[in-house]
Amino acid sequence: MIQFSLNGQSVKTDLPADTPLLWAIRDGFELTGTKYGCGMGLCGACTVHLDGNAVRSCSTPLSAVAGKQVSTIEAAGEARVGAAVQAAWQKLDVVQCGYCQSGQIMSAIALLSSNPRPDDGEIDAAMGGNVCRCATYVRIRAAIHEAARSLA
Amino acid sequence: MNNADPIVRPGASAAHESAHLHVAGEATYVDDIPELAGTLHAALGLSAKPHARIRSIDFAAVTAMPGVVAVLTAADIPGSNDCGPIIHDDPILADGEVHYVGQPMFAVVATSVDVARRAARRAVVDYEVLPAELDPRAARAAESFVLPPMRRVCGEPAQKLAAAPHRLQGQWSVGGQEQFYLEGQVSYCAPREDGCLQLWCSTQHPTEMQHVVAHCLNKASNQVVVEMRRMGGGFGGKESQSALFACVASLAASKLKRPVKLRLDRDDDMMITGKRHDFYYDYDVGFDDEGRILAVRVEMIARAGFSADLSGPVATRALCHFDNAYFLSDADISALCARTNTQSNTAFRGFGGPQGAIAIEYILDSIARRLGLDALDVRKANFYGKSDRNLTPYGQTVADNVIHELVADLEQSSDYRARREEILRWNADSPIIKKGLALTPVKFGISFNVVHFNQAGALVHIYTDGSMLVNHGGAEMGQGLNTKVAQVVAMTLGVPLSRVRATAADTSKVANTSATAASTGADLNGKAAEDAALQIRARLAALAAARFGGTAEAVRFADEQVSGEGWQIAFDELVKLAYEARVQLWSDGFYATPGLHWNRETLTGSPFFYFAYGAAVSEVAVDTLTGEWKLLRADLLHDAGNSINPAIDIGQVEGAYIQGMGWLTTEELVWNDVGRLTTHAPSTYKIPAVADCPAVFNTRLFHNPNHVDTIMRSKAVGEPPLLLPFSVFFAIRDAIAAVAEGNVAPPLLAPATGEAILNAVEAVRAARAQP
Repeated sequence: MIQFSLNGQSVKTDLPADTPLLWAIRDGFELTGTKYGCGMGLCGACTVHLDGNAVRSCSTPLSAVAGKQVSTIEAAGEARVGAAVQAAWQKLDVVQCGYCQSGQIMSAIALLSSNPRPDDGEIDAAMGGNVCRCATYVRIRAAIHEAARSLA
Repeated sequence: MNNADPIVRPGASAAHESAHLHVAGEATYVDDIPELAGTLHAALGLSAKPHARIRSIDFAAVTAMPGVVAVLTAADIPGSNDCGPIIHDDPILADGEVHYVGQPMFAVVATSVDVARRAARRAVVDYEVLPAELDPRAARAAESFVLPPMRRVCGEPAQKLAAAPHRLQGQWSVGGQEQFYLEGQVSYCAPREDGCLQLWCSTQHPTEMQHVVAHCLNKASNQVVVEMRRMGGGFGGKESQSALFACVASLAASKLKRPVKLRLDRDDDMMITGKRHDFYYDYDVGFDDEGRILAVRVEMIARAGFSADLSGPVATRALCHFDNAYFLSDADISALCARTNTQSNTAFRGFGGPQGAIAIEYILDSIARRLGLDALDVRKANFYGKSDRNLTPYGQTVADNVIHELVADLEQSSDYRARREEILRWNADSPIIKKGLALTPVKFGISFNVVHFNQAGALVHIYTDGSMLVNHGGAEMGQGLNTKVAQVVAMTLGVPLSRVRATAADTSKVANTSATAASTGADLNGKAAEDAALQIRARLAALAAARFGGTAEAVRFADEQVSGEGWQIAFDELVKLAYEARVQLWSDGFYATPGLHWNRETLTGSPFFYFAYGAAVSEVAVDTLTGEWKLLRADLLHDAGNSINPAIDIGQVEGAYIQGMGWLTTEELVWNDVGRLTTHAPSTYKIPAVADCPAVFNTRLFHNPNHVDTIMRSKAVGEPPLLLPFSVFFAIRDAIAAVAEGNVAPPLLAPATGEAILNAVEAVRAARAQP
């Protein structure tokens, strides 16, 4: 039995300890906003926050989250930074197919939470692990700047 | 209705209809649909050999695994074991023989994905290995094709080549490209009463999925309903090749009478499905002192893979785009579909058009280097004329040519000439890092080459509360199709966009739809939705005119008000009156693109309703010691006609540019000597990331209302901008040429990987060293 906090709620699961967090979230807790992309931690679609840091849930075993705080896209809008990122994303029409965007937004929130005014180089470094096949990158950069301005 | 919600005018940038869901993680993709009780999961067993006879498969260890419910093979398919879209040579599950590494041979159905996948690997297959062909050029030499060769000759190319003052001959190649839709292939099928099936499938072609599922299960089309709300990317990879997975999920659901989902692992997806065709070219061109082409001969060999799939129309489109924006009076153009023991290559954004057009760009770039001219001047010398020099090699007149003014605009706004001079100076002082610059144009034909695919249907409902629902035959994959179609309905009826909801593509609502492909989604479905909305508007106008006076033709619909001579009524009020008067408040709509014809035998006709144009300038810096490079600046100018939604269209242009840049630079598909794709995961297959985007990225739409009657005079925008990053490739080639002061044409292959760049640098150095 592994216990952790999921979007502020204490949860328990008896899934095996080596189960990737992604599948516990999606299949166990039926929060489907977090997406499967590659299963290797290389595309970023499954990004969630573990104690506030962006991690790839597809390659994070449940054993690594015991007793910790996990938050997903479903809770992103509840905090000030997350709401600002979601608003900027909509204002600048970032999204095309949308499948990678939960992960993009979770990475952007983690970036802005630790660095309120990132420059393009810092954005590229923080967002480099989140691929978008529609290539919405120009607007992702712009939306992160926009969110930073709105939070200032 | 929300009074603060503005009426969206044509050309206004309404937000994507799902944007608020996307950013909250609430947009539902197939794998997000709440699972029905008793859902089982399927996994596929894949061939380990490129070509072999299957002597036997021992499933004892598979079925012994706890949780395994069934193993399905070709023998379990009651109908036809085929999911090929045109030529019926694509087995769903291999029957006795396998033709590539990764070909599905059987399906395991189990209580979880994990069990199904682990069990599938326990099968013991006894192969009798057969000879495999892995090289498209060798297949061409052996005349091994999946379809008969295509050849179009116009003018007198042989004579004109012989008489030309300058001549260049050579070989070249461009690689394939994995679609890498972030949402992999997925199908979820639930059995319904009386042998019917409900299928949720991530597909660009719900109707074809309905057909192939019905055929493989010996069912009528009316027993299969396919629903598709949205895809997490398609890019062509879910046009025909969603079929195998749709069939397997449906076969299992039908046989086991349980809901069954088949969601592919990324590696399996890349091993099983076809990609953009890699192309191999032999060319021979004659030209004059200004670089004007007098005659050209090209043979294009496409790697079709083991079956035809969509290779025929892909090759046709390559053949019809070899001219790109240039008049070729005397041309001999062949397109061959080589049979290889690899994945069956398929649609990918551009659909052969990019592979055709980039060949002439390579030839023109080489001509410019031979003559010591700026490549832009050679390109301009070859542009189609407006009133003469405007006949394509396939016999269609280019009636809407704007490439001259579009390129002139971009040449000026990008400061091309001054930057060219600056780069020359910079390179003279920089022995290792070399900069390069290129401007390349695009002309792209819009319509399906198969005339009868150019049709669409739609349904528009107005409910008694004044809210509206539109359903159409197109599939939303991020291109903003649903948003544009909803905009069309809202504009036609003079109401805010927030009143109109676009719903999932559904074969039980609009029947016999075409694939959402060939960039035609908004052109076709927008027109069909407009037709439906206009019919309802006409009924409402007739009612209002009869009640309040004047003629129906004089009734206006704007700003949620309906008005005539001396009267005005709120739209909602008129809807209520219409319902009480028993006026039909919903309608179907239909559209068929006019004026198209195409002769498949002679490869002539007018296959395209119109052309979309564009151009791009790219500047790069290349490290000639390591092969690393960086895109410094991009300036894009693209013709979206009278754009229905500039925010969506600019997003399409930017995205296509970066995606096409990936194809031509970092994305490399490698098969090893036993036919196994070794680049089958993002660990080894590199698509562009955010840092690959240039610091300076200027994208504009070229204002050019369509000369033909398209929806709101807009132009299709999905595929044409994928050709814009040709400029990146030729800027890299330009930078490499600077190693020898521009006098040697670098033999740079595409994709221009670091390795390919270094090979070209070495070749240029070696050529310069020779006396």
